[in-house]
Amino acid sequence: MDVHELDIQQAHELLLSRKISSEELTGAYLARIQQVDPQIKSYVTVSEELAIKQAREADQRLKRGEGVTPLTGIPYSAKDSLSTRGVRTTCSSKILENYTPFYDCTAIQKLNSAGSVLLGKTNMDEFGMGSSTENSGFFTTRNPWDFDHVPGGSSGGSAAAVAAGLGLFSLGEDTGGSVRMPASFCGVTGLKTSYGRVSRYGLIPLVSSFDTIGPMARSVRDAALVLEAIAGHDLKDSTSRVEPVQQYSEALKKTENLRGLRIGIPKEYFVEGLDPEVDSSLRTAIKQMESLGAEIVEVSLPHTQYAIPVYYLILFAEASSNLAKYDGVRFGLSERNVDSVLDLYLKTREAGFGAETKRRIMLGTFALSAGYYDAYYLKAQKVRTLIRQDFQKAFETCDALITPVAPTTAFRIGEKITNPLDMYLSDVHVVAINLAGIPALSVPCGMSNGLPIGMQIMGPHLSEETLLRIGHMYQSQTDWHTKHPPVWGDSP
Amino acid sequence: MKYEPVIGLEVHAELLTKSKMFCGCEVVDSIAAKPNRYICPVCTGQPGALPVINQKAIELAVRVGLALGCEIHTESIFARKNYFYPDLPKGYQISQYDQPLATNGKIQIETETGIKDVRIRRVHLEEDTGKLSHADGHSFIDYNRSGVPLLEIVTEPDLRSPEEVKVYATKLHAILRYLDVNSGDMEKGVIRFEANISVREEGSDQFNTRTEIKNLNSFRALTQSTEYEIKRQTEIYQSGGTVEQETLGFNEATGKTYSQRGKESAHDYRYFPEPDLPPLIVEQGWIDSIRASLPELPEAKTRRFVEQYELKTQEARLLTAEKALADYFESVVEKSKSSPRTVSSWIAGEFMRHLNDLNIDVTNIPVPAEDLAILIDMVTDKKVSGNSGKVVLSEVFKNGGKPDEIVKEKNLAQVSDEGFIQETITKILNENPKEVEQYLAGKETILQWLMGQVARATRGKADPTLARELLIQSLDNLKQQQNG
Repeated sequence: MDVHELDIQQAHELLLSRKISSEELTGAYLARIQQVDPQIKSYVTVSEELAIKQAREADQRLKRGEGVTPLTGIPYSAKDSLSTRGVRTTCSSKILENYTPFYDCTAIQKLNSAGSVLLGKTNMDEFGMGSSTENSGFFTTRNPWDFDHVPGGSSGGSAAAVAAGLGLFSLGEDTGGSVRMPASFCGVTGLKTSYGRVSRYGLIPLVSSFDTIGPMARSVRDAALVLEAIAGHDLKDSTSRVEPVQQYSEALKKTENLRGLRIGIPKEYFVEGLDPEVDSSLRTAIKQMESLGAEIVEVSLPHTQYAIPVYYLILFAEASSNLAKYDGVRFGLSERNVDSVLDLYLKTREAGFGAETKRRIMLGTFALSAGYYDAYYLKAQKVRTLIRQDFQKAFETCDALITPVAPTTAFRIGEKITNPLDMYLSDVHVVAINLAGIPALSVPCGMSNGLPIGMQIMGPHLSEETLLRIGHMYQSQTDWHTKHPPVWGDSP
Repeated sequence: MKYEPVIGLEVHAELLTKSKMFCGCEVVDSIAAKPNRYICPVCTGQPGALPVINQKAIELAVRVGLALGCEIHTESIFARKNYFYPDLPKGYQISQYDQPLATNGKIQIETETGIKDVRIRRVHLEEDTGKLSHADGHSFIDYNRSGVPLLEIVTEPDLRSPEEVKVYATKLHAILRYLDVNSGDMEKGVIRFEANISVREEGSDQFNTRTEIKNLNSFRALTQSTEYEIKRQTEIYQSGGTVEQETLGFNEATGKTYSQRGKESAHDYRYFPEPDLPPLIVEQGWIDSIRASLPELPEAKTRRFVEQYELKTQEARLLTAEKALADYFESVVEKSKSSPRTVSSWIAGEFMRHLNDLNIDVTNIPVPAEDLAILIDMVTDKKVSGNSGKVVLSEVFKNGGKPDEIVKEKNLAQVSDEGFIQETITKILNENPKEVEQYLAGKETILQWLMGQVARATRGKADPTLARELLIQSLDNLKQQQNG
C-alpha cells in the first residue's frame, strides 16, 4: 500500500507508532505532486520548503509526545484564497500573482498549531467566481476522473488534489457551492460549514456574507477531524459564532444508525433538468438512509426558484466592493507606465482581472448605484429572508434535507464557459444554502459514465454534527467514497 | 433684494481612543510619528483582514450623542462608503449611513441676534483615511492615521451667518473637549469642517442649490470661506445667474473657494451595509451609565458660576470656555480666602494675558492653583500691593518659584508704616511745587500722577489705600494753609 492511500486516521496511527515520519509522508506527497499534478494542475503553488520544515517540526512533536493532535504531521493543501504567511496567495488572479501575505488566516494558523503540514495552494476560479476553475487567471484544473471534464469550482483545485491523492485533505471555501460542487464532481467529501462556524479572518473575500471555509477530504470521518481543528470563535472575525465546537469525531464513533432522524426531500430540487442518473442515484441513497432508520418525508422550499438571481445580485454587489482594494497601490499587480492615479487604477485592473471578474464588478457597481439600490440589492436581501424562512420552516419538522449537489455530473471543459448564464444555472442546488447560512455536506453517492455523483445533506445552522453523523452512517454502508480515479494508482 | 445664507455644518472629530476604530493599532500623533509604523493588515486593507469594532470609540460617541441631546439608537448599522483614493486602503470607508448611532440633537448658540437652537441631524462613527503627501514628483502615503476613529456630527441647515457658524463650531469644539473625546488640537487636524452653503431671498423658505466646502481645518478658514462663498453666491443671484451644485476647496492664501468637482462628477458612494460587521447593539443599561457619568457641560457650568460665585455671565463664560480653565478657577477659589470675583478677575485678566503671551494651553497651566491662591490672598491681605502682585505673577510665569519667596527675595512686601509713607509724600510734594499748585488750582487729575510718584519712590510697596489717604490729607492741609 502506497502512503498516499492512507486516510488521516491510518496515517496518524503510523505517525504515532513512529512507523513512518511526517517528513517521509510529506516527501512522498511532494514527489507524487511532482509526478501526477502536471496532468491535473490542481496546485498553483507548491510550498515544498515550508512543508519539509513543518514536517520536521511535527516529527519533533511526535517524538516528544507533546501537543500531538490527530492532524499533527498530516500533509494538506489549501485553496489559494486563504492567506498563508510567506506563501504566495493569488486567488488564481493575475492581480495577485506576486502577492505574498505577511500573516496567516486563522484557519491556517489553527492547523499550524495542530502541527499539520501545508503542501501548497490549490487552483480556483479567480476570486471564487466560477463553477469550473476555467476562470482561473492561470490555468484550468482537470477532473482527475476524466481530464476532458472540469473539476467543478471554485475550489476545483482542492477537490482534484484530494481525489488524485495529492494531499490528505484540503481546506476549501464555499461562497455558493464552491466546496460542494467540486467535491461532487471529483467524488470526494466536502463540508460547507455554517456561516460563522470557521473564522473568515485572512480568507480573501468574494462575498463577505456568504463565504465559509470548510474541509474537503476522503471521508466524512476525515472531514470531521479537520472541522474540529479549524472551527471556533475568533475575536478577529466579528461574524464568527461563539457557540462551542462539538466533538464531531467522537459523535461519529457513537453513531450506529439514523433512527429518530427525520430527513426531508425538497420537491423543488428534483425537477426538470436533473440528469436521470443523478436522480436515480439520489433515490437509491435516500432508500439507504431509510434502511438506516431515518424517516423520509417530502418538504417544500417554495422560494427556491429565486435563489439564483438573489444569490448573484448580492454576490455582484459585495464582490464589486471587496475587489476595490486591488488598485495597484499597496500590493499585487501595479502597472508602472501610468500618468495619473486614475490611469494606475484603470491599467492595473484592466490587466489584472479576468473577463468574468470584470463582468461581475460592473454588474455589482450598477446594482449598488443610486436609484437602483432599492430595486436590486435591497429587494434581493428581502427575498433572501424569504428563502431563509423556507429553510427554517422545513427544519421545524426535519433534522436534515437531502438533494443532489448538481443537476449533472462534471461537464466538459469549454462546455459552459462561453455562456455565463448557463454556468450560473449549474449552481441551482447549492446557492440557496449560502443565502440561508446553513451547513451542507457533499458526499459521493454514485457514478455515471465514469464520473462521480454527489449527494447534498443540509441541516439547520450549526447542525454540523448531525450532518456528519448522517454522512458517516451512509459511508459506513456504501463504498462510493472509496472509489478512486485512474491516476490514483500512479505512484512515483 | 436682500439675501440670506442657509448653512449646514459637518464636523469630523478624531476620537481620543488608545487604539484605532477597527484594529488594535495605536493611535499616534500623525504629524510627529514616523510614517507607516502604526499599521497592520486591517488598517492597510490587506486581503482577508477583517474589522472589529473598538468599544471605547462607541462609548465616546454615545457620550457626545447624549451631550448633544440626541436619541441614541440601541441598534445601528455600519455601512461601506465606496470610492477610490490612494489614502483609502480598502477602496471603501466603513461609516454609518441610513441607520446612524445617534440622531435629533441640538446645540444652543448665542449671537448678537439672540439665542437659537441649531439642530443636530445625526452623529455617527467612521474611520479616518491615511495621509497623502507629495514631493519631487512622487506621492507618499502614511497609513498611521488610517482607521483612526472619527465622529461625524451633522447639523440641519439651521445656520444663517458666518458668525453663527463660528459660534456653533466654537461651542461644539468646547463640548468635545469637555467630554474628553477629542484633543481639540486644531493644528493637528483632529477637527475638520465641511460647510454646505446656499443663499436665498430673505424671508423665503425655499432651499436653493448648495455648494459644499470641504476640508476646513481651522475656525478662521471656516469663517473666511463661508463669508466668501456667501458673497460669491449672492453676487451670482444679483447678476441674474444661477449657482452650480459643486464641491469646493478653500485656498487660505487667497481667501477664495475653488471648484473641485461638479455635479456630473459627484461621487456615487454605493452605500450598503458592511457585511463584515454585525449590527451595532448598544444596550440601554450602558447608555444610562454613560449618561450618569457625563461631566457638567459649558452651559450648565456658566449658569452655576454665575449663581454660586456671583460672577457676571460674560466672565463666567470666559472661565468655562475650557474645562481645564474652569477647573483651575474652582481649585484656586477653594484654596483662597479671597472672594471668587477677585479670583475671577485675576484669572480672566493678568493670568490669561500671560497664558496667551506665552502661548500656553489651559490644559498645561504651569502655576499650581495653590500658588495663585497664595498670591491673590497676599494682595487681598495688603501684604503686597496690586502692582507688586502683578510683578510676582509675571516672575512666576517667567522663572517659576513660589510667590511668597519671590516677595521676600525681591523685597516687595507692602509697606503700611504711616510715618515712612508720610515722609515720602512730604518729600514728593516739596520736590514738585508746580504740580501741587496745579492741583490746588483745581486740576484733580494731578492726584493720580502724584500717586504714581509715591509708588515709584516706594518701588510699589506702599499700601495704595493708605498712601492715597495720606496724600489727600497732605494736599488738603496745603489747601487750608493757602486759603488761610
